[in-house]
Amino acid sequence: MDEIAVLGVGMHPWGKWGRNFVDYGVHAAREAIADAGVDWRAVGFVSGAITVRCGYPGYVAGSTFARALGFTGAQVASSYAACASGATALSVARGQILSGACEVALVVGADTTPKGFLAPNEGRRPDDTDWLRFHLVGATNPVYFALHARRRMALHGATPDDFAAVKAKNSRHGVHNPNARFAKVFSVEDVANSPVVSDPLRLLEICATSDGGAAVVVASMDYARRLGVTDPVRVAGISLVTPTYPDTIIDLPYLATDSAAAAEPPDLGFKESIGARVYEEAGIGPDEVDLAEVYDLSSALELDWYEHLGLCEVGEAESLLRSGATSIGGRIPVNASGGLGAFGEAVPAQAIAQVCELTWQLSGRAGKRQVEGARVGVTVNQGLFGHGSSVLLRR
Amino acid sequence: MSDSAPTKTRVPAVEGLFTMDDPPHLIGGRLSDTGGYCFPKDLGGADPAASGGDVDEVLLSRTGLIWSFTNSVYPPPQPFMITEPYEPVTVAAVELDEERMVVLGQVHPDWSVADLEVGMAVELVLGTLYEDDDHEYLTWQWRPVGAEPGKGAS
Repeated sequence: MDEIAVLGVGMHPWGKWGRNFVDYGVHAAREAIADAGVDWRAVGFVSGAITVRCGYPGYVAGSTFARALGFTGAQVASSYAACASGATALSVARGQILSGACEVALVVGADTTPKGFLAPNEGRRPDDTDWLRFHLVGATNPVYFALHARRRMALHGATPDDFAAVKAKNSRHGVHNPNARFAKVFSVEDVANSPVVSDPLRLLEICATSDGGAAVVVASMDYARRLGVTDPVRVAGISLVTPTYPDTIIDLPYLATDSAAAAEPPDLGFKESIGARVYEEAGIGPDEVDLAEVYDLSSALELDWYEHLGLCEVGEAESLLRSGATSIGGRIPVNASGGLGAFGEAVPAQAIAQVCELTWQLSGRAGKRQVEGARVGVTVNQGLFGHGSSVLLRR
Repeated sequence: MSDSAPTKTRVPAVEGLFTMDDPPHLIGGRLSDTGGYCFPKDLGGADPAASGGDVDEVLLSRTGLIWSFTNSVYPPPQPFMITEPYEPVTVAAVELDEERMVVLGQVHPDWSVADLEVGMAVELVLGTLYEDDDHEYLTWQWRPVGAEPGKGAS
């Protein structure tokens, strides 16, 4: 796959600000445009990641942001794929650039979130599995996170202290990130003293919902050269894979998995296949990765991602964590940004924020959380209903 | 609760997902051209190797093994119907042997997470999800087989 250049990145700090999501997106977009050193009027394509919580302006996020930045006649699209929305929007922009439809694109997502559990749309909708899981089972998102945590304990001997250590590690990273929401170092004891939400997971291990915005400006390699950018951070791979039937691992929002009664499960499960695809597209293997940004919706899920991304063998995530390898300064730092544990999730912005962090890291601009000499980084995440999301960036 | 209370009509909280028989069964689908199963019948994923044939209604196995379990210590948001005072709902994902699929469900309220283990055998029962003046709205629940609740998993 041909590469595109990341010319600039920008974010609005994560928090619970209570303002219009457009403010965050515009802030992030202006920062990314300034970082890129391009004129807004030179951006030929605006790729918006949709928020479903902010009414119609959120559904047409691309044009909402474009108008707030000043309509220029640029082409526009809006993408929704739950947590994978940002990677989807980036992929749409890449397609426009590589097809020659534009040279420079802005990818932007932002959200304003309510307090508490994310819940389905209102109304009685028994033909919607997302409604059924809440109504009939009371299966919130943390319930699914906890099912995976408990399974990990049974299969691989993970302990609640391991899960807490993930949160503690990410908080030590996030305290150095001015865009993170929680500027506090938490200890394993702090986690253990927080209330259980869904056994074995505690409040400090469950991702909060946040307001925030993130944006990247991407361009053709040719355009980057004409700008005088000779060694940009490049997008070397994007993976948006669906699962392959039969997917026998229960995940939200479903009441049941596929059945393996008539077809054997694929060699790679869904989450493994997300990373496998991005590595294949980039022609880069997991052993060449210097750092990773993974979706720690819960502390325990971060351990699963180590294995799904091939950073260690199955069953080895706990020892990788305990060795310090995934802390900054270790062999393969994970969530140097602080991850969702330090940010909370702003759904349409989050996958873009992962790209922002890797761009800062690969260009040596990550300040006190800098991973020394980082040349290759990978993001991974997963959108509700089967949207894979992974981006591989390299210098 | 009192002896004089009129008997409420027991109805499924959502139609078409389980039988009201004793013992009850989940109502699943079976792809006519491959034999794979799904649940709920009309919300399953298709087998890409299948030609898009019928999905036949079938009763799923009512026993399986716990794949994993947890609870919801805080009251879930609507459309979950809270009965006050809220007691944490225990949830299990259960692997059905014949169907080779995992099905989520509440666990019978006599059982808590302390009583459960991955790999434990469970069976399907019906339990009350919520009530109004005239009705008890039922859902399916998983209940451990051959073990007593309240003693903690050994």
